[in-house]
Amino acid sequence: MSPRVILDTNQFQRTLKRLCFQLIENHSAFENTVLVGLQPRGTLLSRCIHQELTQLLGNSPVYGELDTTFFRDDFRIKPLIPSSTSMNFDIEGKKVVLVDDVLFTGRSIRAALDALQHFGRPANVELLVLIDRRLSRHVPIQPDYTGVSVDAIFSEKVALHWNEQATLAEVILKNKES
Amino acid sequence: MLSVRHLLGIKDLLKEDIELILHTADNFLDVINRPIKKVPSLRDITIVNLFFENSTRTRLSFELAEKRLSADVINFSATSSSVSKGETLIDTVNNILAMKVDMVVMRHPKPGAAHFLSQHVNAKIINAGDGAHEHPTQALLDAFSIRRKLGTLEGVKVAIVGDILHSRVALSNIFCLKKMGAEVIVCGPPTLIPRNIESIGVRVEHDLKKALMWCDVANMLRIQMERQDINYFPSIREYSMQYGLNKEVLNSLNKEILIMHPGPINRGVEISSELADGNHSIILQQVENGVAVRMAALYLLANRPD
Repeated sequence: MSPRVILDTNQFQRTLKRLCFQLIENHSAFENTVLVGLQPRGTLLSRCIHQELTQLLGNSPVYGELDTTFFRDDFRIKPLIPSSTSMNFDIEGKKVVLVDDVLFTGRSIRAALDALQHFGRPANVELLVLIDRRLSRHVPIQPDYTGVSVDAIFSEKVALHWNEQATLAEVILKNKES
Repeated sequence: MLSVRHLLGIKDLLKEDIELILHTADNFLDVINRPIKKVPSLRDITIVNLFFENSTRTRLSFELAEKRLSADVINFSATSSSVSKGETLIDTVNNILAMKVDMVVMRHPKPGAAHFLSQHVNAKIINAGDGAHEHPTQALLDAFSIRRKLGTLEGVKVAIVGDILHSRVALSNIFCLKKMGAEVIVCGPPTLIPRNIESIGVRVEHDLKKALMWCDVANMLRIQMERQDINYFPSIREYSMQYGLNKEVLNSLNKEILIMHPGPINRGVEISSELADGNHSIILQQVENGVAVRMAALYLLANRPD
């Protein structure tokens, strides 16, 4: 299979806006909601979303970045290097929106749910992903907000290319070897 | 991934290994400052702390680090064991390993004990101090503490003052600091400085004032009374007058230096109480950082594929 573009820059900008409006529909002014990006790659998306929401709302929603390395179940299969966590707030009783770039097996999100408990008991947790790779889940986890759904097999890989201005250049579906 | 299977000494580590441990420790320092200080990473690992020599800080620090990684921990001290009935080190450890233990943290009075053990038993070993040889986790936590305070280790000038001859902390610190690009002076009476120590890339200075004028960081070591079979200096009082750090000496420098001490402190000998508790001292931060650094070392070794 030759590589296929799933999203280009313009499509990404439209999808980003749509996701932000969906978030505002459910969380209005974000008074009781916090936005949490997942390290390492989910934070590139979550920063875009945080920036867009700040423009749309006129104020900045509470924002954190969470590293889940120490909660993962595959750390003995491949060496994992932790990224930094910056969560300078309590999530007790808050609504949490987790943000990640690609939802694949769901194991990262499972680890994130464990890690999240260390910062309090949230009222509820929602999941926003840019790419949902359906049909490949290992655990029963589904997104609440989806940019694009992709049906891809295990030998394929979804690659997100970010440019230097921290905006998404394109998302490509390709074979793992290529 | 670490280049070594055991943590026996800083001498065996690459600069990249030290960077990786310090980077991981940054994240663990964050973890232990949260309301819930535990992560589940090592929940399937059992660790034995084998202490053939007295220790307060190191043993508690390792035990806390292990518990905060959710490992199962058993403690062993030589005085209350069959070692006093004549059992050999390898037999003792193999008996413990037969009970399905994955890692060994060992302190032993003989230099090279950890190396020896690593060649004869099938478990990952962390050296928590072997005689006057190495104490790798202390050096890592000292480097970590300097880096947290000054932002870097590159080009930092460190004076290690006191009983260098009997000190595993000094040797490990020298290896670690040199690998990370710091400059090191050792300072003490000639009887307590090993001969030819210049060959590992440090300078020797016998005048405390000169060493302090030069340095950014002073690491004050304890006089190890328990290891002194002969008299290396006339009296404690005389040592303290020549090499003790106090307010007058510090004020006469006209500059800021960071004061460190690996503990236990002999107050009024190598450092005055006032300075040990003062705001130049990061002695208690070192202890806090020690847990994070040991968590990093345990985490990286336990998760290293063989």
